[in-house]
Amino acid sequence: MDIVHPDHYPQLITLLASLIIFTTFMMLAQGKLLTLINLFSLQGLLLAGTTAMVALITGNHHLLISAGLTLALKAIMIPWLLRYLVVRMRLHREVDPVENPVQIMLFGVSLVVFSYYVTLPVVQLSTLATSNMLAVSLAGILLGMLLMISRKQAVTHVVGFMTIENGLFFSAVVSTHGMPMVVELGIAFDVLVASVIFGVFFFQIRDSIDSLDVDKLNRLREETE
Amino acid sequence: MIAVYLILLISFVGMVVLGILGNQSRASKINVWFNAATLVVSLILALVVLGKGPILSADKLFYIDAFNVYLIVLTALVGLTTSVFSGPYMENERLHGRLTDRRLQLYYSMYQGFMLAMFLVLTTNNMGLMWVAMEGATLATVLLVSLYRTPEAVEAAWKYFILCGVGIALALFGTILLFVAAEQLQGLGSDGLNWTVLFERAAELDPAVIKIAFVFLLVGYGTKIGLVPMHSWLPDAHSEGPTPMSAILSGLLLNDALYAVVRSKMIVDKSLGTDEAGILMMGFGMLSFLVAVLLLSRQQDIKRLFSYSSIEHMGMMTFAFGIGAPLATFAALLHMTVHSLTKSAIFVTVGHATQIAKTQQMEKIRGIVSTQPGVGWALVIGTLAIAGFPPFGVFVSEFLVLVATMKSYPWLTLPLLFGIGVAFAGLFGKLHPMVYGPAPKGQQAVEANMFPVYLHLVLVLWLGLAIPAALSGWFVQATQLISGGAPF
Repeated sequence: MDIVHPDHYPQLITLLASLIIFTTFMMLAQGKLLTLINLFSLQGLLLAGTTAMVALITGNHHLLISAGLTLALKAIMIPWLLRYLVVRMRLHREVDPVENPVQIMLFGVSLVVFSYYVTLPVVQLSTLATSNMLAVSLAGILLGMLLMISRKQAVTHVVGFMTIENGLFFSAVVSTHGMPMVVELGIAFDVLVASVIFGVFFFQIRDSIDSLDVDKLNRLREETE
Repeated sequence: MIAVYLILLISFVGMVVLGILGNQSRASKINVWFNAATLVVSLILALVVLGKGPILSADKLFYIDAFNVYLIVLTALVGLTTSVFSGPYMENERLHGRLTDRRLQLYYSMYQGFMLAMFLVLTTNNMGLMWVAMEGATLATVLLVSLYRTPEAVEAAWKYFILCGVGIALALFGTILLFVAAEQLQGLGSDGLNWTVLFERAAELDPAVIKIAFVFLLVGYGTKIGLVPMHSWLPDAHSEGPTPMSAILSGLLLNDALYAVVRSKMIVDKSLGTDEAGILMMGFGMLSFLVAVLLLSRQQDIKRLFSYSSIEHMGMMTFAFGIGAPLATFAALLHMTVHSLTKSAIFVTVGHATQIAKTQQMEKIRGIVSTQPGVGWALVIGTLAIAGFPPFGVFVSEFLVLVATMKSYPWLTLPLLFGIGVAFAGLFGKLHPMVYGPAPKGQQAVEANMFPVYLHLVLVLWLGLAIPAALSGWFVQATQLISGGAPF
C-alpha cells in the first residue's frame, strides 16, 4: 500500500485516532489498576506511532524526536513507574470500581459529539487533511477528565491526567505538524517531573490516610457554622 | 538582553546550589543573596527598557516591554523580601520539629525553582514556553504545599496539583489552537507561537479559532489566577503550606497567571475587533469577586481568610482588565502592584502571628499587639491597606476601578461597592479581637524580621499618596500597550 497516496494518509490517521479514542473508552470501563496501566501504555504506543507516521509522510523530521520522546516517556517509562508503584504498594489486585458504567459510557459518547461541535469552526478553516482530528484530541482530553472524576483511586487519577496530556500531544501533532522544538521539550520535561512528583505523592497520601482512595481526602472543606 | 539571561541564570544556579547546600544553616542567607542579585539585575533591565523601549532577543525567545518589565521588578522585589522573612520563620519551624533538614533543602531549592519559573513566564515571547513555565511553577510549589506532611497539607497539595494540572492543560489546548490559527498564515513556520508575531499579524488570524482559543486560555490560566469556580485549590494551598509560600503564591503566581491571560487578550482583541474577550473576563472577574467576599466572612482560619481576600482582589483585577478602557487598565496595573506588595506583607505578618499564637484558628489568636507590638500593628495596618482604606495604594486603585466602571458600565459599580463593603466588614470583624485585648498567659514574642513588612507597607502608602513620575510613566506606557490609549 502506498501510504503517501493522498487518500490513504488521512485514512490511516483517522484509523489511529479512532484507536486512541477506543483505548480511552476501554480505560473508562476498566477497573483493574494493572490492566488500566497496560491500556495507557498501549495508548502511548499508538501515539508514538502516529507521530512517527506524520513525521515521515509530511517530511517534518523533527517530529521523529517527539515520537521517540513519546515512546520513551508515555509508552515505557511512566507505565513502568506506575506499575512499579502499584506492585510496591500491594495494589496490584486492587479494583477501582466503575460506578454506573452505562451512564459513564453514554456521557463519554456525548463528550465526543460535543468535541466535534466545539471544533467545527476550526475544521472548516484548516487546509490540513487531518484537521478534524482536533475534535478527536479534544474528546481525548475531556474523556481523561471524565476518567478522573468518575473514580476514586489516586492511580486512576494519574492515568487520567496523563491521558489528558496524550490528548493534548495528539492535537499538537495532527493539527499543526508539531509545536516548536523548545516547547515540545519543555512539555516533555514537565510531564516527566509531574510523573515523579505523582510517585512521591502516592507515598505521602498513603502515609496520611493509609490508602490511596482520594475520596477520603476530605478534611478541607468550607466549614458551615 | 544579557540582563534577561542573567536573571534566569541566577535563579537556575540558585536552584542547583541550594539543592546542594540547602540543609546548612546559611542556606537562608544564600537564598537572600540570590534574590538580591536578581533584583539588582531586574532594576538594570528596567532602566534599559524604560530608556530604549521594548527589546526582543536575537532568537526571538524573549521579549521585554513596559508591561512585563515592571512585573519582573515586582517579582524580584517580593521574592527578595519574602526570602528575608523566610529565614527566621523556617528556622523557627525547624526548631519546633515541624521540618527536617532535608525538607528545608527541598524548600530552598524549590524557592529558587519557583522564581525561575516566574521569571520565565514573564520574560518569554513564546506562548508555548510560557505555558511550560507556568506548569513548572506548579511543579515547583506542589511539594512545598505538602511540606509539613500533615494529612491536611497532603490533601491540599494533591488538590492543588490535580486542579491546576488539569486546568492548565486546557490552557495548552488554547495555545495549540493559537498555533493552528497562526499556521494558516504564510511564512510563519515555527515563529507562529511568538507573541510579537501573533500580535503583529493578529488581524489576519481567523476570528472563529481565536475565539475558541481564548475561552480555553482564560479557563486554563484562570485556574491559576484563582477565578471562581476553579478557585478551590487556592485557600487550601495557602492555608496548609508554609507561610512564605503563601506570600509568594498570592503575591506573584496569581499576578503572573493574570499576566498570561492579559497577553492572550491583547492578541484576541486585535483579532476580533470586538470586546467579547473583555466581557468574558468581566463575568469571571465579577463572579470571583462576589463569591470571595461572601465566603470571606465565614472563615475561621486566618490564612484562609486572607486567601479569599486574594481571590477577591484577583477577581477585581480580571474585571478591570476586562473593561478594557485605558483608565481601567491603568487601575488594574496599579492594583496588581499594590495588592502584591500588601498581600505578601500581610502573609509575612500572619506567619509571625500564627507562630506567636501557635495556631491558625482565629478564635484562639488573641492580644497580638500586647505580646509583640511590631507584629500586631503591622497586621492592623496591613489589613487597613488591603481593605482599601485611604491613604493606601489599594484605595487609589480600587477608586480608579470604580471610576472606570462608572464610565463604562455604571450599574456594575453597585455590586463592586457592595463587595468592598462586605469584605471590609469581614476583615475587620475578625481582626479586632485578634490584635487587641489581653494576651493569653504564656504567650511569647518570636524572633521576627519585620523589615520586609514595613518596606512593603511604606511603598504601598507612598503609592497611595503620590505615584512617582517614573512609575506612573511606566504604567501609562503599559496601559497604552494593552488598551491602545492613554489613561489620562
